[in-house]
Amino acid sequence: MQSQATYNYKVVRQFAVMTVIWGIVGMLVGVIIAAQLVWPELSVHEFLSYGRLRPLHTNAVIFAFGGCALFATSYYAVQRTSHAPLFAPGLAAFTFWGWQVVIVLAALSLPLGFTSAKEYAELEWPIDILITIVWVSYAIVFFGTIAKRTVSHIYVANWFFGGFILTVAILHLVNSAEIPVFAAGILTPKSYSAYAGVQDAMIQWWYGHNAVGFFLTAGFLGMMYYFVPKQAGRPVYSYRLSVVHFWALIFTYMWAGPHHLHYTALPDWTQSVGMIFSLILLAPSWGGMINGIMTLSGAWHKLRDDPVLKFMITSLSFYGMSTFEGPMMSIKTVNALSHYTDWTVGHVHSGALGWVAMISIGSIYYLLPRLFGKAEMYSTKLITTHFWIATIGVVLYIASLWIAGVMQGLMWRATNVDGTLTYSFVESVKASYPFWTIRLLGGVLFLSGMILMAYNMFMTIAGGRAVNDARVPVPAGAH
Amino acid sequence: MDINDLRSISTVLAFVSFLGIVWWAYSDRRKDTYEAAAMLPLDDDSELIPQAMRTNERKSS
Repeated sequence: MQSQATYNYKVVRQFAVMTVIWGIVGMLVGVIIAAQLVWPELSVHEFLSYGRLRPLHTNAVIFAFGGCALFATSYYAVQRTSHAPLFAPGLAAFTFWGWQVVIVLAALSLPLGFTSAKEYAELEWPIDILITIVWVSYAIVFFGTIAKRTVSHIYVANWFFGGFILTVAILHLVNSAEIPVFAAGILTPKSYSAYAGVQDAMIQWWYGHNAVGFFLTAGFLGMMYYFVPKQAGRPVYSYRLSVVHFWALIFTYMWAGPHHLHYTALPDWTQSVGMIFSLILLAPSWGGMINGIMTLSGAWHKLRDDPVLKFMITSLSFYGMSTFEGPMMSIKTVNALSHYTDWTVGHVHSGALGWVAMISIGSIYYLLPRLFGKAEMYSTKLITTHFWIATIGVVLYIASLWIAGVMQGLMWRATNVDGTLTYSFVESVKASYPFWTIRLLGGVLFLSGMILMAYNMFMTIAGGRAVNDARVPVPAGAH
Repeated sequence: MDINDLRSISTVLAFVSFLGIVWWAYSDRRKDTYEAAAMLPLDDDSELIPQAMRTNERKSS
């Protein structure tokens, strides 16, 4: 071999930049709907009404922001830990453009009112088909790269990324099974779920919870297992624990979905199975969190002046918090209080902002200088500012919704001595306003941090160059 | 034997195989492999960004 192979940084760079852009878009929509809860008159047009913007917000932050972050980090980590450039670079480029088209179609169709009404799977059937094609291409690129690795071991981060890719493919195919109404046309699509009644609900929440478990957890744990050791400059605390962590998570997450359907038409035993598996989930979740945090063991001083590491370690703390809170909320008696209240929304954001967004932000800050040929980001100070703004934002957000949620739950269940309800529903809405205002403030802070990040990113790009010549190490056996 | 026995057996088998994985992961035979594997992300730094490497070294000293 005369000319040495180089890593494919182009597609990583594209996804990394779009992570920041879609993060701002998705969180901005979140801030708008948070403001609509405080000032309902902000719902100015049906396209911009709460009911249509809410799925746009969730899709944008999960699949556009989170999705781009996962593509970027998995493509980067799989190449570098396999000592091989990406398999099928043309297909990798297709996954970028295909995924962007999915996002744009979502941003158009959801405000226009096209929805299959399945939470986190609202997109209509033509977009579902495109998602499938892009996802299969992603799997081919990812597993193809692993297949042509020149090292013997498959690094643990790739196990997590691979588990995430495979499972999301299955989840998407099963939950999106739907019967299109062809008469409605492709441009104004309409479909009905292939399932009915409580089966439909169970499949939806099998999907919904595993979207949390695999899209929003396994993939980001892959990020943790690559980028935390990189940023800390030391190997993961226990590789053995990481292997057990992977299998424990895979074995357990699949069965936790029924906790979304406590006290519904779902059979009681199914609810109990869901609750028990959710409680068991505490073990792998905390095992993984401890493994990530303890990677810093003996090097805690690095936390003092490295804001990127601060992002990563704080994200793991929020991961630990929300994976403690989740199992507790899955206990039926606790769920009787928490379900349908803002406590759930607070819990989700403790995971989504505290864990998912912060580990992504940390990883992207790690990537950007390397992708644009710089020693470090344009401004480390701005990263520190971003870190504190984001952390305060998350804390305000989740604390206010804890209070609002518990208060709503208590107000809804309060009865007078004669058995009538003490409060009408609207009284609980009225009592929630102050906390919704604090939540809005938390969201605005988190969004401001993302805007700082975008500024920092563009200044880094402006002074850098697109790195396309990072050489793949020659296999040790080649001499 | 009905379908529920099959379900019970598969649950038990899944649990036993998980215990097997734990035993396998913590067996002494795997130690060297895992130590080498854990170094995979750290061994790959590109010489193309020498400043980045120097910055890292400075920070870790």
